[in-house]
Amino acid sequence: MKHLEDRKYIIGAIFVVFALIFIIRLFYIQILSDEYAIFSEDNVVREETVYPPRGLIYDRKNKLLVYNEASYDLMVVPKQVKSIDTNAFCALLDITKDDFIERMNKAKEYSFYKPSIFEKEISAIEFASIQEKLFAYDGFFIQTRTLRKYSDSIAAHVLGYIGEVTPKTLEKDSFYTMGDYIGKSGLELQYEKLLRGKKGKRYVLVDVHNRIKGKYKNGEKDISPQAGKNLQITLDADLQKYAEKLMRKKLGSVVAIEPKTGEILTMVSSPGYNPNLLIGRAIKKNYPKLAKDSLHPLFNRAIMSLYPPGSIFKLVQSAIALQEGVITPNTGFACNKSLVGCHNHPYARNVREAVKMSCNPYYYQVFKRLIQRGENKNIFIDSRIGLAKWHDAVLKFGLGHKLGIDIPGEKSGFIPDVAFYDRWYGEKRWAFSTIYSLSIGQGEIGVVPVQMANLAVIMANRGYYYTPHFIKQIEQLDTIPQKYTFKHSTGVDAQNFEYIIEGMEAVVNEAGGTARRAKIDSITVCGKTGTAQNPHGEDHSVFIAFAPKENPQIAVAVFVENSGFGGTWAAPIASLIIEKYLTGKISNPQKEKRILEADLIPKSEHAQRK
Amino acid sequence: MRNENNIWYNIDWTTIILYLLLMLIGWINIYAAVYDESHQSIFDFTQRYGKQLIWIVSALFLATVILLIDSSFYTTFAYVIYGIVILMLIGVLFTASEVKGAKSWFSIGGFALQPSEFSKFATALALAKYLGNRSSQRMITFKDQVISAAIIALPALFILLQNDTGSTLVYTAFILVLYREGISGNILLLGFLTVIVFIVTLLFGPFSIGVMTVFLAIAFVTLTYHGLKEFFIAESAAGVLLWIASYFNLPQKYLFFTALALVMIYFFVHLFNNKLNYRKEKRWVAFIVMTVLLFITSIDYVFYNVLKDHQRTRISVLLGEEDKIKSQIKDLQMRLDTLPTTDANYTYYKQTLAEQKQSLKDLQKGALWNVKQSLIAIGSGGFSGKGFLKGTQTKFNFVPEQSTDFIFCTVGEEWGFIGTFIVIILYVMLFLRLIFLAERQRSTFSRIYGYSVASILFFHFFINIGMTIGLAPVIGIPLPFISYGGSSLWAFTILLFIFIKLDSERLFVLR
Ligand SMILES: [Zn+2]
Repeated sequence: MKHLEDRKYIIGAIFVVFALIFIIRLFYIQILSDEYAIFSEDNVVREETVYPPRGLIYDRKNKLLVYNEASYDLMVVPKQVKSIDTNAFCALLDITKDDFIERMNKAKEYSFYKPSIFEKEISAIEFASIQEKLFAYDGFFIQTRTLRKYSDSIAAHVLGYIGEVTPKTLEKDSFYTMGDYIGKSGLELQYEKLLRGKKGKRYVLVDVHNRIKGKYKNGEKDISPQAGKNLQITLDADLQKYAEKLMRKKLGSVVAIEPKTGEILTMVSSPGYNPNLLIGRAIKKNYPKLAKDSLHPLFNRAIMSLYPPGSIFKLVQSAIALQEGVITPNTGFACNKSLVGCHNHPYARNVREAVKMSCNPYYYQVFKRLIQRGENKNIFIDSRIGLAKWHDAVLKFGLGHKLGIDIPGEKSGFIPDVAFYDRWYGEKRWAFSTIYSLSIGQGEIGVVPVQMANLAVIMANRGYYYTPHFIKQIEQLDTIPQKYTFKHSTGVDAQNFEYIIEGMEAVVNEAGGTARRAKIDSITVCGKTGTAQNPHGEDHSVFIAFAPKENPQIAVAVFVENSGFGGTWAAPIASLIIEKYLTGKISNPQKEKRILEADLIPKSEHAQRK
Repeated sequence: MRNENNIWYNIDWTTIILYLLLMLIGWINIYAAVYDESHQSIFDFTQRYGKQLIWIVSALFLATVILLIDSSFYTTFAYVIYGIVILMLIGVLFTASEVKGAKSWFSIGGFALQPSEFSKFATALALAKYLGNRSSQRMITFKDQVISAAIIALPALFILLQNDTGSTLVYTAFILVLYREGISGNILLLGFLTVIVFIVTLLFGPFSIGVMTVFLAIAFVTLTYHGLKEFFIAESAAGVLLWIASYFNLPQKYLFFTALALVMIYFFVHLFNNKLNYRKEKRWVAFIVMTVLLFITSIDYVFYNVLKDHQRTRISVLLGEEDKIKSQIKDLQMRLDTLPTTDANYTYYKQTLAEQKQSLKDLQKGALWNVKQSLIAIGSGGFSGKGFLKGTQTKFNFVPEQSTDFIFCTVGEEWGFIGTFIVIILYVMLFLRLIFLAERQRSTFSRIYGYSVASILFFHFFINIGMTIGLAPVIGIPLPFISYGGSSLWAFTILLFIFIKLDSERLFVLR
């Protein structure tokens, strides 16, 4: 350069250039990029989930069945965890150092920035001592939650349980975050969307030491949680408890329904389990135990077990036959044991006596008339026509399809149709003689206990039913789902049921009836026994009944596995339940004592459990 | 000659207004940085903003005193003042106690004084005096260069001994002064390149320096020996090459480095060929344009290519170091997991692991963490800021040293781009004003001193703001007139007002 003075331009230019670089850089980080704003919020704003209380469940008499209890979760935000005294921390929580490392890794895997649960369900006492010292550990804080509790420990299968949401559900439903609880079975699952409510959000400001400094934007972004809806269900807690007591040491199920409404009063599956075993932290320990139990306590027999209905199916046969006109109320058939086996009893002169004495050959004849109506000369074709009509008629009794009860897992049962036998034997290769065991409820027929109870309802109502259900009332809602107020008709005239009911009354109340043990002096119980053949051991015993005969209040089905004849065990259990429900007490303590003391679990099962 | 005794006569009000504005901005932001609801009075002298108010008032008093003193005092006693300060710098080494790892404070009755702050103006005075008396105004002889370097290096050395690296580096700013006085532009260029390479390595890793050097070398060579046309052709060719190299993977990058080496050789061969003196103005303009372009492109390159995969860790990666240590820790952990405890290397690995973990911790607590939080603070300010006293980063103490070294964060967070832009513009106006004033001096002494003031202030400005926005290494030096602190404010005030005084009497001084 000729003049040193000109160097002032270069020096000036250097100043300007660097200032320009700064301005460009500032323009980038302050205006073009929004990540720093996000970082800044991440730094100081902590989002806390406010969990709504889960809806409570009351029984039909407004007794509290399911409620919530406070519990405390220790949360961790891995990013905020600074060097801490791990030994002291582990001692505080009573965990090992390995536990600590494992849990931290798990939390980090989920998210560095989002809180995850470090220790679940700390008791109130532990909580007090931990809370006191927690300030020394950056990145840890307490989140209050609630535990589900089940009063009286009853109705586990009906109420269900809640558990941690699975990764699969997390992916599907954005409502949930890791560690949330969700209904897993029973009503908890069925009405999850009503019970769970709506989660709230609270935004708090924290400083560099993770101390809460106040609300973010004065709480204007906070969302208050909406409590879950309370439910009233149709269950009668006292009756449920009593029925569970009666079913102790027995395998089977009890279902009681109010005939006029379809409301389920009681549903027992035995063996059951204590619903309070499957809450919170204990679930991890208890669930596998229950799942491995050879008697399958988690399995709800009342809606999931298929049994041949046995003699109670004769009620259906009678009703259909009367309606179709293949017999009259006064049709009699001889007890011809060469057709099908029977016990010794007087000649059944009419439908009433046929029901009362449960005569097998009688129903052989009835069913033959239903199947082979002489509409075609070919007996194979004729049977097809007959079976198709019969199948349609049976389905109207709520059999062979799911009733639509409001707990998940219901099985549909099975009523064979033409297609089934065609597949099984080949087209036109079967006729009445091939399928006659259906006449007495044996063979390829499967019914779940709740369908048996529904059958009792149909009898009580003389021909119609409402889909059995648990929901009675939803908080802030006037109605229950429409399908539970829809009247299903069997298409059989009420008058035809009267003849059968006469028989059912006789079953319990007359000499020669098959269920004399179900008699209650003050109440007219109408019932029907059944024995379901069990190829694996002692027959299953079944009894369905309703009472009182006029204006019935309760219909019940009792199914006891491996207990032989239906009148021996199932009938007295049903009568005790009926009496308890209608009168509130038991007139015959001897009968009750006999049931309570009986251990009907097969010896082999006992052995297997040990 | 009228009003000769009026100290306000002929002083440069533009500079003084800029000075006052910067102090005011500083005080407002110190108030915001230390603000907490329990101490709201602006006159609360237990709080930093209260104390800073005292510093400001006393600085103004000091300024007045300086204006009262005849300017011949400074020229006469320049060496004496320099000598005293050197003695103080030595003294502080023996008497001072350590503050934040540096022994740089005198404590006089609860009153802390930092001699290194005052040695800046003393050095400027001594340098001005020495070079002002040199024989030729057109050049600096070799002897002059050596003695100038010694004048600058002596205080720098003692400050380095105090463990105050930041303040030591400030003395490199005098290169600008020497450049103005006649040393070769190549020395400035060399210094300039060193700074850029240093920063770029620190920020973007070695590959970027390679890229950068190639572009600079091409610019230098083409502009020196050829013309603008050749310059643009060569740069475009290099750009295409770079694009190809980054498009493919590693082996291709080595090809690129080979090309780089060839260009470097060409560059050095011609550097020692003494025929470089033509088209200098063009060369410099293009050179500066190139630098800006390269800075911008390299920033974009890093932000859009290297860091795009995981937004959350972007800033952590900015300095690279954190990830490096993390992967080493992971590696060591894996080895330890598979190694039996009886293995000879087990204890060695374990020890190394502990060391690495410690250094990661230090890193996260130290510079990296600070830069991260500082960037977040400034970046989250947006266009117009979060509002006075509303900065969350500031209020909740995420930014360290926020009233001193990181005061610019508060400006950025609470006043946004508007605030940072204004502050930078004010500084640039001040620097350019100082150059203007320096150039109008009749005496060489005053000019040299003026350039010293501008250079020192610029260096502080460059390092301090650069550090807060991640463009310069974390070196703890204050932002002139804005940062909290009595010593620095006083020292900067003295530095500036001596020049204002010299300027006001420029007409009475002969060369
Ligand atoms: Zn018979």
